[in-house]
Amino acid sequence: MNNKHIYILAALLTAFSIGLFVYKAKVLGFPVRPQQQTTIWNIEAALRFHPGPAAVKATLRIPSLTPGYSIFDENFISRGFGVTTSSAPAGREAQWSVRQASGPQTMYYRAIVYRDDTRLAQDTTPPFPSPPELDEASQVALEALIAEVRRQSADVASFTVQLLRRINQGDQDPYVRVFLRRSDMPTDSAQLATLFLAGAQIPARVAHGIFLRSAPGPVQPESILEVHDGVQWLYFNPRTLQQGLPPNFLIWWRGDEPIAEVEGGFDLEVTLGVQESLLPAMAVAERRAEASGSHAVDFSLFALPIATQAVYRVLLMVPIGALMIVLLRNFVGVKTFGTFMPVLIALAFRETRLVWGIVLFAVIVSLGLLIRFYLEKLRLLLVPRLTCVLTVVVLLMVAISILSEKLGLQPGLSIALFPMVILAMTIERMSIVWEERGASEAIQEGVGSVLVAAIAYVVMGIAWLEHLVFVFPELLLLVVVATLLAGRYTGYRLLELRRFKGVLPEYTPQ
Amino acid sequence: MFGRARRLAAEGVLGLNKRNRDYILRFNPRSRYPLVDDKLLSKQLAIQAGIAVPPLYGVIRTQHDIRLLPDMVRDHPQFVLKPAHGSAGDGIVVIAGRSGARYRTISGVLLDFEQLSHHISNAINGQFSLGGVQDVVIVEYMVQFLPVFESLSYQGVPDVRIIVFRGYPVMAMVRLPTRASGGKANLHQGAVGAGIDLATGVTLDGVLGTEVITHHPDTMNPIAGVQVPQWDTILEIAARCYELSGLGYIGVDIVLDRQYGPLVLELNARPGLAIQVANRQGLLRRLQICEERADFNAHYKERVAFSKREFKHPVKGCCQS
Repeated sequence: MNNKHIYILAALLTAFSIGLFVYKAKVLGFPVRPQQQTTIWNIEAALRFHPGPAAVKATLRIPSLTPGYSIFDENFISRGFGVTTSSAPAGREAQWSVRQASGPQTMYYRAIVYRDDTRLAQDTTPPFPSPPELDEASQVALEALIAEVRRQSADVASFTVQLLRRINQGDQDPYVRVFLRRSDMPTDSAQLATLFLAGAQIPARVAHGIFLRSAPGPVQPESILEVHDGVQWLYFNPRTLQQGLPPNFLIWWRGDEPIAEVEGGFDLEVTLGVQESLLPAMAVAERRAEASGSHAVDFSLFALPIATQAVYRVLLMVPIGALMIVLLRNFVGVKTFGTFMPVLIALAFRETRLVWGIVLFAVIVSLGLLIRFYLEKLRLLLVPRLTCVLTVVVLLMVAISILSEKLGLQPGLSIALFPMVILAMTIERMSIVWEERGASEAIQEGVGSVLVAAIAYVVMGIAWLEHLVFVFPELLLLVVVATLLAGRYTGYRLLELRRFKGVLPEYTPQ
Repeated sequence: MFGRARRLAAEGVLGLNKRNRDYILRFNPRSRYPLVDDKLLSKQLAIQAGIAVPPLYGVIRTQHDIRLLPDMVRDHPQFVLKPAHGSAGDGIVVIAGRSGARYRTISGVLLDFEQLSHHISNAINGQFSLGGVQDVVIVEYMVQFLPVFESLSYQGVPDVRIIVFRGYPVMAMVRLPTRASGGKANLHQGAVGAGIDLATGVTLDGVLGTEVITHHPDTMNPIAGVQVPQWDTILEIAARCYELSGLGYIGVDIVLDRQYGPLVLELNARPGLAIQVANRQGLLRRLQICEERADFNAHYKERVAFSKREFKHPVKGCCQS
């Protein structure tokens, strides 16, 4: 295994890890920071009416095709009504029905929408519209109007703008006036435009929607003209003639029908409301990944039960803690008891917090050591002695917990989370080092272990890091890369600089 | 900080990371480790190869065998108990005599048979072995060291540590027990390490911990200038341990016995780096000289001649990193 091999492996792992990370963060919108939030809008439609004596059926058109936005969640609220949703030419419809109702009725449709730029108007190309059936005078006016507008325009877009401009002139335009005078013609300029465009064999429809504002309150629906140029839908504001879909415009329903109708009731009144708020970015990202058909969420840790997720939140930090040990041992040269004992101690510190953790650790290890020295006098065989130390450690933990409960010291209770087997082994190792190499060496290694554990605890406690490895576990491959490279490090350890100072020629012996 | 790292590199000082990766991982095949980690096995191999080792009195393999100890040492008032898998001198007990029914250690502590058997049973249960595996205890001859280092040691047995790289002795030191080390010739435990000029066998200054010292802390005698006797024989024994162990980077521990001459005490597959401070010389420079110029198939006498010629103190020259 030469260095090149390692570097190529490291580069591949890094590329894969960073690539997946960027895909998830940028494309799927997985949050890079903890508590990151996404702006969402709560939209609401309230229907109020008085029911008649017989069965009541209320229909509300609800958003379905909403370019630029996705629906996160929706629900229907009413008292005693059955509700069904169905697809209709105008989009989707919700239908509330009840056999009998009395008193004024109110029902709500509520939905949460969020910005989703990946969502486009994926409509099929519409058929050419059939020409409107008109009497002869109107027909002539329509043809003349179309001919004139066509002469003044180059394509579908300019044709539409030109047409809308003439409609907006109203009575001043000789041809449009013909239609405005007729009672069976729509008064709304967008609807009138669809009629004219149908005459010109251009598919068009009216979309109604609301502007999503940040200020809460009721909103009025506004219409927008959608024209198909043979390739895609173009959007026009019928009043301002502005082309394009305004970024904060949510299309609610399409067609010439009103937003709601009621059968068997009267005095229908519909109010639309919108309110901006924030939602955890992860919840939105999950929904977005689901909607885009990506399996990134299905195969992420979020697919696990909550309790298991909590375990993995901790477990995924263990490699980070172990990496700290690599740094402190191979680059600094700190001595510890056992290779990964400090990581396990650091995990226990998560519950006890740092200061209490160190205090409790010191108390248990010193009491354990005292008892271990006493056991030494009794001359027990190794395994029974270890078991004895372990039992004593457990009893000490119980005693400290009970004592701290009586004293009202809350942190004392969390001592139960210390890894007792590791503590027992630490006590055993420490007592042997103590006897064989002296107290100073034993205390030095003990302090080194606690120091490393404290550093590992601080690093493992960085909320942002914990969030990153949980949402993007592929980043742990970077830890693998770091260990690959650290495993090839042949430079000095920091403490060796002091250890070998006597070799330097300028050093004078004592 | 980086300045010192650069200066250490210029002196050819070998760090632990580099020792592990570029020498131990490269030249010490894992399969040969048991030969040196098991002191009983390396002792038997040495006997086969005709290399002198302290005579073996017996082996205690089980709890039950402990009762055989008094028989084993009936004719030997002085003996050493050594766990076969002990590392860094851990678990070694040196009995220098008897006092009635009790055993007197080299540091003067009296142990009754029960205390001694508790220690042996701990050792058998793996207290001193790496990873706590079952172990056996070797009972062997206590070396009667030559008085040459008497002025430089506080009790115990001083020994010569030689780093042997692919059969070539590259650096040597003598480890002198101190009061602090409890008579043990182990630098971790507070023994003094004194560098030796490989060409002549004459001692240089010493190291205690990380400090360079010129006088022994207990006897106050100057450390430098002592001639190690039978130096050529010592170097030859060390060089032959390469063939014996098959390990390319080892530390050979040799003691000078009044009766038997130089004896191999043990081999170490992960020899420490403090020897560099004792010699005030980096190891890397010498290892690189070997890699550049040495013939690794040469006879051991040629290898010793090469080492004596090339590694005359102080070894100078630039080191590539």
